[in-house]
Amino acid sequence: MKNIRGCISIVVIFLMIVTLGGCVTPAVNALGTSESQVKMRSIQTRAFDTTDKKKMMQTVISTMQDLDFVIDKADLTLGSVTGTKFLGYAVVTMSVIVRPRGEKQLLVRANAQYGIKSVEDAVTYQDFFTTLEKAIFLTAQQVD
Amino acid sequence: MKQISKLSVLLAIPLLCLGVAGCETVPKGFLKPNEASLENRQLQMRQYETINQEQILSSVAGVLQDLGFTLDASETQVGFVAASKKADATNVGQVFFMALLGGANAVAACDASQVIKASVITKPSLDGKKTVVRVTFQRVVWNQAGQINRVETIKDPAMYQKFYESLSKAIFLEAQQI
Repeated sequence: MKNIRGCISIVVIFLMIVTLGGCVTPAVNALGTSESQVKMRSIQTRAFDTTDKKKMMQTVISTMQDLDFVIDKADLTLGSVTGTKFLGYAVVTMSVIVRPRGEKQLLVRANAQYGIKSVEDAVTYQDFFTTLEKAIFLTAQQVD
Repeated sequence: MKQISKLSVLLAIPLLCLGVAGCETVPKGFLKPNEASLENRQLQMRQYETINQEQILSSVAGVLQDLGFTLDASETQVGFVAASKKADATNVGQVFFMALLGGANAVAACDASQVIKASVITKPSLDGKKTVVRVTFQRVVWNQAGQINRVETIKDPAMYQKFYESLSKAIFLEAQQI
């Protein structure tokens, strides 16, 4: 009986450590992602055969609006668009950067956060680029 | 001693629940368009018979000011203006109901204030002969204890109608230089 009690106490202490330790990440992790830099870039980036940055940005904006985002900021020089979307109680923020690649292409890179987590799922980004492709009538090309 | 072990079991259950629920996970498919997108477009978009985007955008800024918003950010070249406004969110019915149910503590959980965010985009229409305006509204509601009660995209047609009525009026007034 004493053994069981001991066991239970150990389990409780262990659970406490796991639970309370839980989501807390040290400040050092502020610059960390769980995926490699190269892999994240390839998941988040596509190339398009156009050089019209302004039109691409306007299409990115309309696509984000179609996806229920409210645009917070935009900058033509930098080619950046930032927006927020509310999903129930969760806040999703996404920023997209459009920049030239060589003389004939534009690179579009998107990164999203869901609450306090970075979105690192390839399919989610693919969904975004599929919608963008349809809006601009161009094919999104995978970049190595 | 027996009580202590009972207590630890009682403690273990909620801890276990917390541990299993853990951190929120990222759901899939939230960047896919849904069936409502087309409907939202109709609600949020209007076309104006002009190709002068700058004129439309400055009318938009004027209308946002008319409606009590302050401008947060803008980029004229891509036809973008964002603005926000703080407002009262108190709902007398809700306060009465909560007071009836739970007294003062429950009243503190009632909606108290809100920040409404508006974001407007103008761009040329597909045929290039008109200007398309699209506005979207969001709001964050705080309760009387200062905590966030809810966040939502506003889908109330009346709000969009009011905005576009004011915008049409402003475009007319500015064209007449009033």
